[in-house]
Amino acid sequence: MNSGERDVSEAVLKDSTLTASDSASRSSVLRRLRVTDKVFHGLTRTAALLVLALLSGVILSLVYGAAPALGTFGFGFLFDESWNPVTERFGALAPIYGTLITSAIAMLIAVPVGLMIAFFLTELCPPVLRRPIGIAIELLAGIPSIIYGIWGLFVFAPFMQQYVQPLFIDSFANVPVLSILFAGPPYGIGMFTAGLILAIMVLPFVTSISRDVFDAVPPVLKEAAYGVGCTTWEVFRYVVLPFTRVGVIGGFMLGLGRALGETMAVTFVIGNAHHVSASLFAPGTTISASIANEFTEAVGDLYTSSLIALGLILFFITFVVLAIARYMLMRLQMRAG
Amino acid sequence: MKFAKIAVAATALALTSWSAQAIDISGAGATFPYPIYAKWADAYKKETGNGLNYQSIGSGGGIKQIKAKTVTFGASDAPLTGKDLDESGLVQFPLVMGSVTPVVNLEGIKPGELTLDGPTLAKIYLGQIKSWDDAAIAKLNPNVKLPKQAIVPVRRSDGSGTTYNFAYYLAEVSPDWKTKVGVSTALQWPVGIGAKGNEGVAGNVAQTKGSIGYVEYAYAKVNKMTFTKMINKAGKAVVPGSDTVQAAAASADWNSKPGFGVILANQPGDQSWPMAAATWILMYKKPEKLADSAEALKFFAWAYAKGDAMADSLDYVPMPDNVVKDIMKMWSAEIKDASGKPLYSPTN
Repeated sequence: MNSGERDVSEAVLKDSTLTASDSASRSSVLRRLRVTDKVFHGLTRTAALLVLALLSGVILSLVYGAAPALGTFGFGFLFDESWNPVTERFGALAPIYGTLITSAIAMLIAVPVGLMIAFFLTELCPPVLRRPIGIAIELLAGIPSIIYGIWGLFVFAPFMQQYVQPLFIDSFANVPVLSILFAGPPYGIGMFTAGLILAIMVLPFVTSISRDVFDAVPPVLKEAAYGVGCTTWEVFRYVVLPFTRVGVIGGFMLGLGRALGETMAVTFVIGNAHHVSASLFAPGTTISASIANEFTEAVGDLYTSSLIALGLILFFITFVVLAIARYMLMRLQMRAG
Repeated sequence: MKFAKIAVAATALALTSWSAQAIDISGAGATFPYPIYAKWADAYKKETGNGLNYQSIGSGGGIKQIKAKTVTFGASDAPLTGKDLDESGLVQFPLVMGSVTPVVNLEGIKPGELTLDGPTLAKIYLGQIKSWDDAAIAKLNPNVKLPKQAIVPVRRSDGSGTTYNFAYYLAEVSPDWKTKVGVSTALQWPVGIGAKGNEGVAGNVAQTKGSIGYVEYAYAKVNKMTFTKMINKAGKAVVPGSDTVQAAAASADWNSKPGFGVILANQPGDQSWPMAAATWILMYKKPEKLADSAEALKFFAWAYAKGDAMADSLDYVPMPDNVVKDIMKMWSAEIKDASGKPLYSPTN
């Protein structure tokens, strides 16, 4: 390796001494270098612009494809629950509702659990266990979503139907609000089951990012806190969390992004019904699940266009989520100094 | 330079040898008949050397592909209307039949033990019958002990010819279904959970206690699912299978609709299965690629003549001979080249 490097530099040296004696060839070499640089510059710029072009291409084709549906239904498209291929009346309310509810369930579970796992791994875990648990979490992230879907349908949903859902329905039958959220009949699959599967899928994202940022907390801060008599909980709440807020929110947003767009696993367990139901046990649908289910067999221009319009809405939701994340990070950074 | 010349020569050679190869018929559409088309194509290739490339992308996709003229023939489980056929210059004929079968997941109930009729099935899928011990079901099954359990109706979440045939039958027997839901490959379902494909419905029914679904008979049989008996138009309880589908096909008036587009739902006859279903082929009357279309017709003629046993082995039901005769007559009369010469003649 070393000798190779010397060879190159000697060649360059020889080259430059040669050109120094001959100004004509020297300028030609310089020109060549300039051209190479320009080409390189151009290539990098093209690559960067290509991303922009792709993004605008996607937006344009989504808008173009969605135009017939949005033109026919107008803004009402967003608030209409009906999805009737027979009469060709379509509305996006049920898929939007399902997407937001399942993602909310997933984040409500995955964030606290993920933060606890991350803190345990960085602060409390005996070193022997640290690696196995860490690797297990990372493996969880590597499982393809179709596997979660099949497992959800064949193992998790029957378990939910026979044990968990009847228990919830019976225990909360007389509790206000909860009796509506957990109303029967127990189908096994539905929005709640989809949310739980999503939580498992999102968990590794939240955990591994949180663990990385928790690791980056200067030990001196934590030791000082313990030194003045803080409990572990107080160290976590008042030292580690405030210090790592930005990174934790980043992990949260990454997880939310996955939950919003996840298709295959959700399709298996959500029930694919275009209904807005108060009960979390009822079957519902999400935007991506509707598209995956119906696009290939959508007969008629308005049907296809409505599905593309759903895609546009998902694009918009994801964009808004990212924008909020950016804004929050910006405000945090400004407050931090 | 030399390399470029060699490359050009090689490409030219490849192209000529490719065009000199046996003709490949291309088709796309319905997923339901895919297994039998694949089996026929395999046997046909062994016999004649000509292959069939069939993509099971769904009936809707098949109709789109043939209208875009990217394939020699399209295949659909739902027939096109006479008006649609005329406007696009297509002909349509049924190639093989199957049936839609209700399947249930109820503890202690064996295949064929439960009996349902059309109006009850419609009420279950309308959400009007919610529990298995409902009086309407009990009346049809005096000897079966029905559990007090919620019914979970399972249906297709993707557009499907199976759904079309199922909904067509329910609309025939239930005015409520006709006005509230209607007939199409995809519907606004009042209740139930959706699953993708026959295999998805089969999987969901197998996993969900108290569920009912509808699948192609072949899926019910292969997966050993609990199929139900149905009360047919004549008021008799029949089991799904090739005999009862053949009975339905025999009692149907195939020439009553353009392009043999008869839905075999609710046919008369003591033995008729009420949800028998044919699957159709779509071709152009004046095809652009004559050789391919002529070869496709030869393949279909071969399938009608020699494919019955293979169809039977996969639980499909062959078309009745008198209908096949009419279909071939239609080929000679309708499918022609630019000069008006028929592409298919019974002798070749």
